[in-house]
Amino acid sequence: MVHNTVVINDLGMHARPAARIAQIAMTAESEIWLSDGNTQVDASSIIDILTLCATKGSCIHIQAKSFEDAAVVDKIKSLFDDGFGELTE
Amino acid sequence: MNQDKPCEMILKGISGSPGICIGKAYLVDREGVNIIERYPVSSNLVPQEIDRFKNAVAKAKKEHARIIQALDEDVSETLNILETHMALFKDKMLYGKTIDTIQSEQINAEWALRKVARQVKLMFQQVDDQYLKARGNDIVQVSDKIMSYLLGARDIKIADINKRVIIVAHDLSPADASQIQLERIKGFVTDRGGKDSHTGIVAKSLKIPSVFGLARATTCINNDDILVVDGSSGIIIINPEEDTLFKYEERLARFAAYRADIERDSHLPAVTTDGVTLNLMANIELVEEVVSAKDNGAAGIGLFRTEFLYLDLERFPTEDELLVKYKELVELMNPQPVTIRTLDINGDKFNPYIDPVEEANPSLGLRAVRFCLENKDIFITQIKAILRAAAFGNINLLIPMISCVEEIIAVKAVINQAVLELDKDDKIFNKDIALGIMIEVPSAVLMADELAKQVDFFSIGTNDLIQYSMAIDRRNRRVAHLYQALNPAVLKMIKMTVTAAQNNNIELVMCGEMAGDPINVPVLMGLGLKNLSMNAASIPVIKKMVRDMDYEKAGIFAKKVLGFTTVQEITRFVLEEYKDILPYKEMED
Repeated sequence: MVHNTVVINDLGMHARPAARIAQIAMTAESEIWLSDGNTQVDASSIIDILTLCATKGSCIHIQAKSFEDAAVVDKIKSLFDDGFGELTE
Repeated sequence: MNQDKPCEMILKGISGSPGICIGKAYLVDREGVNIIERYPVSSNLVPQEIDRFKNAVAKAKKEHARIIQALDEDVSETLNILETHMALFKDKMLYGKTIDTIQSEQINAEWALRKVARQVKLMFQQVDDQYLKARGNDIVQVSDKIMSYLLGARDIKIADINKRVIIVAHDLSPADASQIQLERIKGFVTDRGGKDSHTGIVAKSLKIPSVFGLARATTCINNDDILVVDGSSGIIIINPEEDTLFKYEERLARFAAYRADIERDSHLPAVTTDGVTLNLMANIELVEEVVSAKDNGAAGIGLFRTEFLYLDLERFPTEDELLVKYKELVELMNPQPVTIRTLDINGDKFNPYIDPVEEANPSLGLRAVRFCLENKDIFITQIKAILRAAAFGNINLLIPMISCVEEIIAVKAVINQAVLELDKDDKIFNKDIALGIMIEVPSAVLMADELAKQVDFFSIGTNDLIQYSMAIDRRNRRVAHLYQALNPAVLKMIKMTVTAAQNNNIELVMCGEMAGDPINVPVLMGLGLKNLSMNAASIPVIKKMVRDMDYEKAGIFAKKVLGFTTVQEITRFVLEEYKDILPYKEMED
């Protein structure tokens, strides 16, 4: 269960987006991971997410351990697509 | 010789409560106590330690939610940060790891939290990104908040420091003051506040030397600095020279001997040399303080401030909850009287669960009886509890902040309604209790004659009366010097109130802090005040003074005092006339 997505907002994946991702990830049955290709972090921890230092344009893989959590992964992906609600246009 | 030896430094502040103490400084920052200890937790107690941590997090989160709710929407930047903090409280890397650390290392929650928070902070410091570096601070702030609840919730924390310390703080809120076990502390000093601030009142009742309004205490003092706190003259000495230390050690011994001397006779009544008995009663705000009131020989509780019962809960207390406390208090004091003052909420004792209405001048705003008459359900609940408790002992009902006749008429209507409701519900109560009002607003002084016809007694609240008469905020360091009990205007106000009470044949009490300061006592007695309510710790001192004074002569003395026009003249005159009776000699030099 993997989705690839891109950080599109100017500020990157800073604390507030991280908080929103973690909030959603915590509702999952299994573990949700984010990865930039080098580092993999726990999506339910803001602190962990922040350590990815994902700036605008970074490619991120969202991965769930279990298929049951497809909906959760979708939700997180749509957050990314939405620029975490921070797009100016 | 030693260049590094810090030199002696004297800071002048406002005398909080008398007495001297010498000890090591212990800085308390705004987040709480910041010394963290490490100790092992045996494996069977680990679940308990984890619960303690979880509890602290829950409390910190709740407090945080409250702050967020109170914020205006237009400060969205702050709001964002705070909302992120909210999520961080339970973040795996902080919350989960701390719990893991407590478990795996079998150590106390404080140490585990600090260890984890440091690791996280370090992690952020290592990244190049400026934004992320700053996030390290967010973690620190959140963990500090949890830490303050961890330490605050564990009273023995301060006891664990095997030396007794002097607390140095920027300010202590009522909540802080009630959390700290003051009997573990030698004394305390703060940057802010004044003699009659909430903190000062608490300190005085616990006989702890204190100095307030120092402005720079927290910046000048380091942890473990040796401090001399001279609460009587309102100064502190940082890193005293040996000579200074020696001088104060001597004074300290003399002061202790003096206290022991006056406390021996504190149980006997206060009778003047010409046979007039004065009633010296105690002001309290916690039922637990009854012990101290009785120990110091109080003839009753002249003022029971009821706000603390409201501060303790997350909501307004119920009638039955209030009844339990009031009943306990009156039964403990019976047959001596207990004067219960109804809720006096103001900026000083801010209650987070009351809708925070923005008021530019809270002390001139919707407070005390004004608040109660606007919130009749809260008011009637308290009145009912008081009427019911009156079935078990001797209660007087006191209404604060009355500023006009209409208000007392409105209060009486609420009391009548309470009586009707209690009757209907078949409750046991006693409606024949004395009703009194605080005289603390200048308009009430001017209308004292008319107000006296409405009530059974007056109680002069000098703290507010002085503030409102002089138009000063006593917590404002820059004008605190105008808070003068012996100001001729204040004395005239008291005189007018005494005359109105006498003409209408009603009882008169003074329950402000003014009554507990020795220098004011000859004047008050001379003006005709026979009922004085004060901090329990002041009672023995004042009793000793009263026994050395002549009531008749004090009257003549007070007439002369009223002829003076400045506070300096009055003070000088009192010190001159009563130099043999005033306790300052023993207390200071």
